[in-house]
Amino acid sequence: MRVPVSWLAEHLELNEHVSTDQFPDALVRIGHEVEAIDRVGEVSGPLLVGRVAEIEELTEFKKPIRYCTVDVSDDGAQNHIICGASNFTEGDLVVVALPGAVLPGGFEIGARKTYGRVSEGMICSALELGIGEDHNGILVLPTGFAEAGTDARAALGIPDTVVDLEITPDRGYALSVRGLARELACALDLPFGDPAGLEIEETEEQPWEVKVEDPAGCPRFVLRRITGIDPTAPTPWWMQQRLMAAGIRSISLAVDVTNYVMLELGQPLHAYDATRMDGPIVVRRAKQGERLTTLDEADRELDPDDVVVTDNRGPIGLAGVMGGGTTEISAGTTDILLEAANWEPASISRTARRHKLPSEAAKRFERGVDPLLPPAALELAVRLLQRLGDAEAAHGRTDVGDPLLPNPVTMAIDLPDRVAGVRYPRGVTVTRLTKIGCRIEVFTAEDGTPMVQATPPSWRPDLTEPADLVEEVLRLEGYDTIPSVLPPAPAGRGLTGEQRRLRSIGRALADDGYVEARPFPFLSQEKLDALGLAEDDPRTRTVRLLNPLDTEAGLLATTLLPVLADTMSRNLSRGLRDVGLFTIAPVFIAKTEQPPVPSVGVEQRPSEEQLRALDAALPEQPEHVAVLLTGNRQRAGWWGKGEPAGWADAVASAHGVADAIGISLTVRAVEHAPWHPGRCAQLRHGETVVGYAGELHPKVLERLGLPKRTCAMELELSAIPVADNKINPVISAYPPVLLDVAVVLDETVPAAELAATLREGAGELLEDLALFDVYTGEQLGEGKRSLAFSLRFRAADRTLASEEATAARDAAVQLAGQRHGATLR
Amino acid sequence: MSGANDSYDPKQVAALSAETLDAAVEAATAAFAQAADLDALAGVKPAHLGDGAPVLLARREIGALPPAARSEAGKRVNAARERVQQAYEQRRDALEAERDSQVLLEEKVDVTLPWDRIPRGARHPITTMTERVADVFLGMGYEVADGPQLETEWFNFDALNFRPDHPARTTRDTFYVAPEDSGLVLRTETSPMQIRGLLNRELPVYLVSPGRVYRTDTLDATHTPVFTQVEGIAVDKGITMAHLRGTLDAFARALFGPKARTRFRPHYFPFTEPSAEMDIWFEERKGGPGWVEWGGCGMVDPNVLRACGVDPGVYSGFAFGMGVERALMFRNGIEDMRDMVEGDIRFTLPFGTEA
Repeated sequence: MRVPVSWLAEHLELNEHVSTDQFPDALVRIGHEVEAIDRVGEVSGPLLVGRVAEIEELTEFKKPIRYCTVDVSDDGAQNHIICGASNFTEGDLVVVALPGAVLPGGFEIGARKTYGRVSEGMICSALELGIGEDHNGILVLPTGFAEAGTDARAALGIPDTVVDLEITPDRGYALSVRGLARELACALDLPFGDPAGLEIEETEEQPWEVKVEDPAGCPRFVLRRITGIDPTAPTPWWMQQRLMAAGIRSISLAVDVTNYVMLELGQPLHAYDATRMDGPIVVRRAKQGERLTTLDEADRELDPDDVVVTDNRGPIGLAGVMGGGTTEISAGTTDILLEAANWEPASISRTARRHKLPSEAAKRFERGVDPLLPPAALELAVRLLQRLGDAEAAHGRTDVGDPLLPNPVTMAIDLPDRVAGVRYPRGVTVTRLTKIGCRIEVFTAEDGTPMVQATPPSWRPDLTEPADLVEEVLRLEGYDTIPSVLPPAPAGRGLTGEQRRLRSIGRALADDGYVEARPFPFLSQEKLDALGLAEDDPRTRTVRLLNPLDTEAGLLATTLLPVLADTMSRNLSRGLRDVGLFTIAPVFIAKTEQPPVPSVGVEQRPSEEQLRALDAALPEQPEHVAVLLTGNRQRAGWWGKGEPAGWADAVASAHGVADAIGISLTVRAVEHAPWHPGRCAQLRHGETVVGYAGELHPKVLERLGLPKRTCAMELELSAIPVADNKINPVISAYPPVLLDVAVVLDETVPAAELAATLREGAGELLEDLALFDVYTGEQLGEGKRSLAFSLRFRAADRTLASEEATAARDAAVQLAGQRHGATLR
Repeated sequence: MSGANDSYDPKQVAALSAETLDAAVEAATAAFAQAADLDALAGVKPAHLGDGAPVLLARREIGALPPAARSEAGKRVNAARERVQQAYEQRRDALEAERDSQVLLEEKVDVTLPWDRIPRGARHPITTMTERVADVFLGMGYEVADGPQLETEWFNFDALNFRPDHPARTTRDTFYVAPEDSGLVLRTETSPMQIRGLLNRELPVYLVSPGRVYRTDTLDATHTPVFTQVEGIAVDKGITMAHLRGTLDAFARALFGPKARTRFRPHYFPFTEPSAEMDIWFEERKGGPGWVEWGGCGMVDPNVLRACGVDPGVYSGFAFGMGVERALMFRNGIEDMRDMVEGDIRFTLPFGTEA
């Protein structure tokens, strides 16, 4: 909400200690965020009120030009000024900028020759002064406004400051000058005059028949009729100035008055052309299929949830949001019906959202409007139209429904002290709550506790709980009075095992050369299809978003590889070549059958059954870690050639993760999309398959636009229990016996399997085993290969004799012979 | 050992003669001098200073001398041995000096040559910053919460006192799971973890919930649809807003230095009442020290406590939340949000593994 400080000050009694300069800070202090502070009507140099003494019409030009003689002082001094406007006559008071003046936008005024005469200044329009939008003519001041020669700035109240405020959704009352001025009165301790405090005539007479069929949607509907409005009456510059400051365009006097009253009091009004109405007004929900062309000329299909204002022909307005075209007031309208209603906030907000109409009226109604305001708002509008538009008010007032007023709230009188952790002076609770408009009763509860019962004012429907009253006391006393006190520290338990291991994994992968990325989990069907997954693969069980930002990427990732591939592509497109990435994030796997989400209330803790049902409705969200690498793993350099990243690096990254979190993984060769069928390692923890690593399938790489031979690893961390770390390594100080062994066997036997066999065959004297050579050659025979291991034997309790070690090695080779047909090379 | 009356043996005694000893010393000195390097010197050392060296063998003969002669002969032998030792040490020092001055110089390499065959990677600063924030609260005795990113509306909105028609619940702000009315959303704040924390734990509860959250903002220089929050909640008997302030002040100092502190401005959130926006005084702010908007906080709304089965008449609590990306942006002067989310390794690598 944008509002000039001068307008706010109009309802406050300022004193020598308080000026409007303090308004922005005061508003911030009590919770109204100031987005901007703008200066308007900033004019420097001579700007005077002038009286047009003589007009000479110059006719030799294409458009009418006037050469005016203007009194610019009370002692007879005159200036000659050329003016292109013709909306004034001799004797009118105008605003004159004399040579040396600088208008908003840096427009400098000088004496210059134009239209064959010397013009000694300029007669200004509201637009040129930056105080209104009217540029159809110059600004004509009311007769007797000021003496010629007086400084026009003071007379016009410029420059003025406009504050732009962000009003929180709970404080509808603050979307008005009335509400904000009252807030300032509280913040700065100033006397406040309520602009809604108008004397309103009692009347039984009803100017128009109104029927409210939906009192829940429309608790109150008030209507007055105003006739005899002079349709040519202009909106005065001061009203234009205020509307413009608020960001509202001036249209016609009648429309401007409705907007002005809305800004001043917070009650949106709607004006119907009475001559275009057809029969009584009926307020109801829209019927299926009904349509309405709103003032913005959009033809809208109405929803049965929309509250509408109708006459005999059907809907003539979308209640509280926007009026309809058929009854719109026009330039010639002299007879209007003025509506001031109270609408149910939730219904308004649904309608405004449904029709994408965040109008000024809807903004107020959805936050709640003072239900006692309608008669006062109409009264103010009628008075303005009478004064400015020569109107007569038809007698009477139609008033249907009952205002919904806030209920009293009771709390211990020291609750604000206890919430804030402050001992406020006695009486603070009562003073503050009274100042915001609450009716207060103080009493003592049966247990002796001093209590306060506060009945909130009609404009504060947000005050429903003790906590709401507490906030009022605290914010008006000032949050800066709340001290900074540390609560006693609880006994913490540190991170959980899962949390600790995530950190270890991140550090291990970073140390190993991988760079962490945090891609968004949004995925396109095309990217997912690129992986070539089988139909029954769980990774095809995607969760789809209803409203993705990019309709092409409306799925949530079921695997981290394609989203990590996007990050990889971005890096490669920026000229990087050797990239290893990792990411740790959950994936989202839909349930084969989605259980319904139960409806659970919030009045109390849900039952255990309800909590289980809520969780059961969630898709699976296991935590994954993935690695993607391409280019050189070992860089080329002065030391020699580089080493391209290969499947083995991907497998090693999995082992690196396993080492970091104190578990071990076993590896099996499998075929598994999207990996290369001959270069895919299945990773198992015990008997559980927990992931895969290796080179990606060439076809997948092509579809994802990744370089050939790109490798990847993905582990499901949630499937790996946290290691208990209760390991107790026994270290033997006796000397080892080191032996090498090379065996020849079918190349189809995986190395990991052979190694496991050797380990088993060698028994517990074998301390360590390492593969150091893989060899294939003609002399070995077709389909054979040789694998060479170095073995380290050691006994726990004695120096191992070399014969014992040799016997253990032989046993290992023998078992490998039985199991895999391996022979000693 | 030979006794005093042993017969005189001229062969043995010859080993103790001054001439013989001098010759041994000379031979040793010559051999040392001929050793071209330290390895060669070590090679010849045993022959002249080892157990079988002449000057050491001579010592054994002293007992064969008449008692009157023993003392003098002993002195002679010791002196000879000492001279051999000195000759050795002189040569050794000389060779060592030579090695130091020449050989090591010849082995000189250019140590400025780069050695990054496998350059180290890095963790993302958002991750490490999140961990730092969590660590500060761990130090204050808090626990760190976990919870799903895809949530039911009950945890994300209902339990947090969002009215059914609250604008945040629209598809304009929140990602919903299809089909319409699925009741499932990508969490819009990490507070659902706090609700879970209150439901699953014994009171009192002191909890921080770091994690990813989602809102339907298009990615630009200052917005991202996926970002990171750390929220905290404390529910205990007698918790006050002064405690909230003390906690956040301590936190601000831990993260941004001893001069950091917080300022509260009244605000509105559905899940707290009273509520405040939190600004932080930041010494190294671009354009000079000043207040930076950082997060929201307040006293847990009694409705939230009730939904979690906590009696607001007995317990009270505070809650707060802040954006990790925002903290990184103002602390490090990062101007474009996109740099933080796009995963360009040139952005991430300089951070190493700590934020």
